[in-house]
This record gives sequence, structure tokens and C-alpha cells, in this order.
Amino acid sequence: MTAATDAGRAVADAHRREWAFVLAATVRVAQDLDLAEECVQEAYAAALSAWERDGIPGNPAAWLTTAAKRRAMDAIRRERTFRARLPLLVEPEEAVDELALDELDKPDEGQAMDPEDVIPDEWLRLIFTCCHPALAQEAQLALTLRLVCGLPTPDVARALLVSEQTMAARITRAKKKISAARIPYRVPRPAELPDRLTAVLGVLHLLFAAGHTAPSGPTLMRTDLADRALHLARTLRGLMPDEPEVCGLLALLLVTDARRVTRTGAGGRLVRLEEQDRSLWDRGALAEAHELIVAGLRGGRAGRYLLQAAIASLYAEAPTYEETDWPQIVALYDRLLSLWPSPVVALNRTVSVSMAQGPAVALAQVEALEQEGRLSRYQYLPAIKAELLQRLGRTDEAAAAYRQALELTGNEAEREYLAGRLTGQEAGPA
Amino acid sequence: MAQYAILIFDNAEAGDYTLEQQAASKRHADDLIESGAMITAYALQSADTATSLRGDLVTDGPFIDSKEVIAGVCIIEAPDLDAALELARHNPAVQWGRGGVEVRPVAGGVAPIAR
Repeated sequence: MTAATDAGRAVADAHRREWAFVLAATVRVAQDLDLAEECVQEAYAAALSAWERDGIPGNPAAWLTTAAKRRAMDAIRRERTFRARLPLLVEPEEAVDELALDELDKPDEGQAMDPEDVIPDEWLRLIFTCCHPALAQEAQLALTLRLVCGLPTPDVARALLVSEQTMAARITRAKKKISAARIPYRVPRPAELPDRLTAVLGVLHLLFAAGHTAPSGPTLMRTDLADRALHLARTLRGLMPDEPEVCGLLALLLVTDARRVTRTGAGGRLVRLEEQDRSLWDRGALAEAHELIVAGLRGGRAGRYLLQAAIASLYAEAPTYEETDWPQIVALYDRLLSLWPSPVVALNRTVSVSMAQGPAVALAQVEALEQEGRLSRYQYLPAIKAELLQRLGRTDEAAAAYRQALELTGNEAEREYLAGRLTGQEAGPA
Repeated sequence: MAQYAILIFDNAEAGDYTLEQQAASKRHADDLIESGAMITAYALQSADTATSLRGDLVTDGPFIDSKEVIAGVCIIEAPDLDAALELARHNPAVQWGRGGVEVRPVAGGVAPIAR
């Protein structure tokens, strides 16, 4: 391997792992998201040639942070009126002073920058700023992908299914609001935490969901997004180990992701839960999730994510699909519904009802949800209805429901699966 | 410190504030004055006294046709949005179920002129 490819790999690696840390540490100095981002980008670009020339540093994150912070300092020196014009993220008691500027000029500053010492707080500040409840959820998600995950804007646009132009405008608008309304760069006080944490957990969950079943496109999954969400959830759990909902979200992502390799078969074909090879599931991840769930449930009142994780874990623990503890799952869904009365939860509940109490009971509940109309664009409603009708032998109605589901889904693997169900069923006995 | 406008919205069909509601508003304003956050505040006459101008057109009623109308405005000073939201949350109009408030950073302005 040449030094060039080694350095390239090291920079790519550091980009994936350390972006959020380097940015968070730089924002503290730059006190402005745009400036900080620019400096971090320049630092990564500079790293490539510097590491090729001098070798890869022992602590790449510290190297990058120092380089990015120095650029920020230089920019501030050049433009003394900076903070007057852009009051973003100003924390007067921690304002940049000459002392701090001098500090960075010392030759051994790399040693003083141990990521372990600085990451948790800085990283949390960054993610809580991106997920501030004063920002729309779509903006929270976009900012998290852009600033915390370091995805370039075109990739963020692709991940969230909007045009690059729309996404660039959305990110600019969110940053402008952070700056103009002075959304503070800080970890919320304990009293504010429930609100703010809900936004953060919601964003990580959405990020994972977008990776777990891509809303459109040729493949069922976008593993890069799922991996990022898992990494962030794990980091958050390390930072807030006592929050039951943080445990719950991590557990939920772990249980769901443990089935990753069995969800698709040859050629990307979608494989249903009941047909998946359970021996291939990631037992380590399932065990880790189980521990989190038990600890979380012991810790007090279970929240939305913990209950969802407990449901997913029950599915995963059964030796076979048929032997799943359906009544227990229905009971957990009842608790979840009382806490979070979402029509999607009500719909998912009907699947376990169909196993515990038979397809006719479940079908009546699905039809009630259909009447309500809130899920009229949701492809899983007609898909579930079709399965139930099929089990009841109402073939023609099932075919109509499958067609309806086909019209609503944008994911190719799901389309293929539904089309297969439809033809298989039409070819079968009437 | 930054300045924020707190725009107080009310349901136009809900009628005037009750005496209790007026007293609660007064207490909240006093709290803001006492804490030093208050810059200035005005309660407005009901929206059916409003007249709107758009080009040459003069029309009766508020500028935007909606169920909720602006009932008052208050300018406060706070270090950041979180602090401003905390003050706004204590505005009794938030709790009455007939309106609410909007918080907007002030871009610039003229201080009240003493007469």
C-alpha cells in the first residue's frame, strides 16, 4: 500500500467516525455553525496531503480538531467584527479571548486535545442544537445528517427524497433560524430534557427507519443510514446511560437491525419475518438489546421506545414465528397505544391480534382504521388487509387490496414482494 | 441579550377576556417588569375594530383572515431562544385554550419615545 492510499483511507475513516466530534469542538471556538463547518471541511482536505507527507498521526481526531480550530481562530482574527454581525451561539462567559488564541499556538496542543475528555458534552450540545424543538422535524433530520453525520447536502437530499435545491434551502433556513433566533448551543437542563430528548430520539429513529426500509429506490435497505443511526444511538446511550428511553431506542434499533441479513434473499427479494432463517440473526445484538430492555423496564415507567423494543424482542426471541408469545405482544401493544395513540401502532397491533385471536377479529380492526382514513397513503394497511383476506379465503378482495398496496409503495423490493403475492394468489385455487 | 417579540393570539369568537383572565395577564406583565425582561407591551382592542390597508384597498377587519387574531404584543429581552420561550410559556394566553403566542426575534426597531 502506498502512503497516498493509506492516508486516503485514514481520512475517509476519520470522516466517518470523527466528523461530529471535530465539528462540535470547532463550533465552540468558531461560535458559528457555517464557519465551523467550513473550517472542518478545510481541515479534512488539508489532512489528505499532510498525512501523505508526514504519516498518519496517532490521534487523527485531535489533529483534525486542532487544524479546524486554528482555521477558525484565523478567521476570527481576520474579522474582529465577526461576533457583532453573527451573534450565533454566543456564550459570553466562554467567549474566545486572546488567551485561548495563544493556547492554540503552543506546539503541544495536540496532546491537550484528548477526544475522550471533550466528546460527550460537545457532541451532545451539537445534536441537541440540531434537534431543538423550535426547528421543524424535517429540518432537525436534515441538520443531523448534515452536521452530526457529516453527509454532504446532495446525499442528505437523496436520503430524505427531496431535490438538492430544496434540501439546500431547508438547511440554510434552519441555520438562519439558529442564528437569528439565537437557538443556544447547549445541553438542556434536566427539566427541559424530556421535550428535547423526544426530538433527538425521534430523529435517530427516523434516520434508522430511512435506512432500514428505504422509502424508494432499488434496494430494501440503506445500510449506511442504519449504521449511522445505530452509532449515534450507542453514543447517546454512553452519554446518558440512565435515560430509559435512550436504552429503549438503542434496544429497538439493535433488535431490528439483528435481522438485517435475513430480510432479503437472492437478488434483493424481500423475505417475510415468518420465513426468515432465525439461526442467522445476530444473537449478540439481540442479547445486548434484551439486557437493555430488562434494565429499562426495571428502571420505572416504560416509554414508547422501550415498549416497541420489548415487542420486537418478543418476536425475535420466539423459536419459530408460530411459537411467538402473541397474547403478550397484544398486551404490550395495548400499553403502547395508551401511551402513543398512533394509527400506525394500531395497525401493527392487528397483526398480533390476527395470530392471537384469528384473522376475522383483526380484519374488523383493520377495516375500522381504513374507515378512519388517516392511513389512506400508508401502503402497509392494504398489504396487511390483503394477507388477512387471503387467510380468510376471500381471494378476490385480497387481490384488490394487494393491487392497492402496490400502487402506494415506492420501494422496488417491496413492490416485487407484493407483485409476487398477487400473482401467486391469482394462480392458486380460487 | 437579544430582543424577542411575543405576539399574543386569541380566538376572535371567544369574546373579551374574562376579568380573571385580564387579572392573570396583568400579573404576568408585572412579573416580566419585575424580572427586568420587559421592554414594552401593548394590549390591542378587539379585532373587529381593525382596519386593513392593501394598496388602495381599505377593508374592515384584520389583515389575515383566520380564526386567531393578534390580541397584543410584548417585547422582551432574553439571552437566547430557550430563555425567551420560557418567559413566553408563562404567558397565561398559552394555557387558556383559546389562542397562544408566537415568539419572533426582533431584527431592529425604535425604542418607545417619551412624550
